[in-house]
Amino acid sequence: MAVKNTIPFRGTPQQEQELQDVIARYKDCAGATIPVLHEAQRIYGYLPIEVQKMVSEGLNVPLAEIYGVVTFYTQFTTEPKGAYHIAVCLGTACYVKGSGDIIDRIKTRLGVDVGSCSNDGKFSLEATRCIGACGLAPVLTVNEDVYGRLVLDDIDGILDKYLK
Amino acid sequence: MAVNLKINNMDVTVPEGTTILEAARSINVDIPTLCYLKEINEIGSCRMCVVEIKGARALQASCVYPVAEGMEVFTNTKAVRDSRKVTLELILSNHDRKCLTCVRNQNCELQKMSTDLGVDDIRFLGENPYYDVDNLSPSIVRDPNKCILCRRCVSVCKNVQTVSVIDAVERGINTIVGSPFGVSLSETPCVNCGQCIVVCPVGALREKDDTDRVWEAIADPAKHVIVQTAPAVRIALGEEFGMPIGTRVTGKMVSALKLMGFDGVFDTDTAADFTIMEEGTEFLQRLEKGGKLPLITSCSPGWVKFCEHNFPDFLDNLSSAKSPHEMFGAITKSYYAEKQGIDPASIYVVSVMPCTAKKFEAAREELSGTGYPDVDAVITTRELGRMIKQSGIEFTKLEDGQFDTPFGAASGAGVIFGATGGVMEAALRTVADILTGQDLQAIDYEAVRGIEGIKEATLEIAGKKVRVAVASGLGNARKLLESIRSGEKEYEFIEIMGCPGGCVAGGGQPIVDAKTQMEINVRAARASAIYAEDKAMTFRKSHKNPIVSKIYQEYLGEPCGHLSHKLLHTHYMQRANY
Ligand code: SF4
Ligand code: SF4
Ligand code: SF4
Ligand code: FES
Repeated sequence: MAVKNTIPFRGTPQQEQELQDVIARYKDCAGATIPVLHEAQRIYGYLPIEVQKMVSEGLNVPLAEIYGVVTFYTQFTTEPKGAYHIAVCLGTACYVKGSGDIIDRIKTRLGVDVGSCSNDGKFSLEATRCIGACGLAPVLTVNEDVYGRLVLDDIDGILDKYLK
Repeated sequence: MAVNLKINNMDVTVPEGTTILEAARSINVDIPTLCYLKEINEIGSCRMCVVEIKGARALQASCVYPVAEGMEVFTNTKAVRDSRKVTLELILSNHDRKCLTCVRNQNCELQKMSTDLGVDDIRFLGENPYYDVDNLSPSIVRDPNKCILCRRCVSVCKNVQTVSVIDAVERGINTIVGSPFGVSLSETPCVNCGQCIVVCPVGALREKDDTDRVWEAIADPAKHVIVQTAPAVRIALGEEFGMPIGTRVTGKMVSALKLMGFDGVFDTDTAADFTIMEEGTEFLQRLEKGGKLPLITSCSPGWVKFCEHNFPDFLDNLSSAKSPHEMFGAITKSYYAEKQGIDPASIYVVSVMPCTAKKFEAAREELSGTGYPDVDAVITTRELGRMIKQSGIEFTKLEDGQFDTPFGAASGAGVIFGATGGVMEAALRTVADILTGQDLQAIDYEAVRGIEGIKEATLEIAGKKVRVAVASGLGNARKLLESIRSGEKEYEFIEIMGCPGGCVAGGGQPIVDAKTQMEINVRAARASAIYAEDKAMTFRKSHKNPIVSKIYQEYLGEPCGHLSHKLLHTHYMQRANY
């Protein structure tokens, strides 16, 4: 039950202004919560408590309700993306070729859980659905870099590049 | 328009808009329910109440399904029974089924249903992640492991109280009811009203138990332990012992407290008379000297905290008078200590309250005018019931006892504090006498009685127009204050109680199950017991209570005077949300 997020919030005044503009635009519309949260996530990349509070106060919707919505819909995340965002495909093709083990290896090596970000903000890890690169299965991406036809022993080498 | 239908082949006629559940119960056909709570939670989510409707494809949830002309309903077919049983077994499969050590043992809607439906085995193995129990709040304990996700608490907190600090979070198998970001209730704007507890069908919400602290104090020979009981306790405590709702058990309660070993058994009603003297005087001063109006009562700690979070612009309107039990504590640790020659440090004041928010209130640092906390422990009506049972006292067989002196004699005005409108009426009885200089005989202010959420009246007192309003339940308080903020309404005097119906329906009162709540208007039944107590009193106005005049003469001086201010008044602060 503890507050999971340990990365300090680093929102800028520009981001806040942008969010306030969005809120002002939606303020009197019914059902504004979800679109505003989408915009907020676009602006900040994720929805930490600070951002949810701004939405709650701006739209006059209780924080408990906002948080309920954010945790209900999988497209929202309360975790920031790391400097390096690792996405491992768990689509069927990748999965049968061992992407489950790959994800476990990354977890142990970096000490990061799926869906969260390392405390130093460097790495975040995501398990994605099929990304359409089945010919390369199993596949993972680190930011814009794509790595395919992986075997378990490739993983350390890949991570080393970003750990430097 | 009337609608005719058949339930289990019996004819029934009910008004249009009635649900199948209500129609069935009107002819004594019982249908089990779990998430449904009349007027509070009608969301049709648990599916315990399913019935067969002729011509319908699937079983339907009767608690939300309106009746229709010519409808044929069956509540007791094999398909219905099987479906309910599977639903219940699924709920039980991931329920922390430790009934023997559960606060709701024998008073639990889930447990009763399990017996009623004849569940003797649970065929499913549920996944049972363990969730931490939130016990950091001074008033409310939440145990998600016992939660069946009925959402009654969410509805009462959001729709009735408009506090909204709990909601369903996450999805699917991981769904729990909790506060945002998993923080403790104590870190939210929760006002500790306990309305979530009294609507919870199971043991997932309970009061923070302070009975051990009280037992320890009683066992400590160095402590002089005195107990005071709020007006609404005496008309509800009997329910803990199976007595009908609305039974007055004042005398038995006093006898039980004496048997339990308290050194003094006193009446918070006496202190309520002091509250009226202080608050009434404050009102007259503001009225005559042009002070901030409307004056708003401050004896409901749930309301006070709500105001601190949500209406900081009204904090100067709040009466600075402490709530009655805090006044009692302050007078006990000053006047009484001096009179009896007892060191105030050794006095331990226990308050028995219908209220969970009083636990939070007692812990406020500013409530210690004597240098000691005014009140040392607060227990609810339910906790007192448990302590009496632990003592092996046969409550229903007790003779009537008498409160001890000096704080045993109270006026009827002090008694009616327990019902919505009561503080207002009590204050008016005194204010009207002072303004007219007479001993008025017409003192039943019917306009402010009754269980409506918001009541208004305009009174003529000694040629002065006094516009009053009474709100109970925080959603109603919010509505009332917003109408004042916007300039739409103006008043001179307002009473606000945090719980709908006032203290009689407080968050610390005996829990009444959903089915009984459909049959009996609990608030009204308890309130009429309160007004019966009032009628039975010798003195019905606070300023006529001889104890009150005596203590002002001997000790306090004038109401709102120097010493009164030190002992009997307090202040408030704006509080952040999260
Ligand atoms: S909540 Fe009810 S069913 Fe669950 S353990 Fe407590 S008494 Fe038993
Ligand atoms: S105590 Fe009152 S305010 Fe707090 S969670 Fe329960 S219902 Fe809401
Ligand atoms: S805590 Fe109680 S009232 Fe709230 S959802 Fe759980 S079982 Fe229902
Ligand atoms: S669905 Fe009717 S009682 Fe829950």
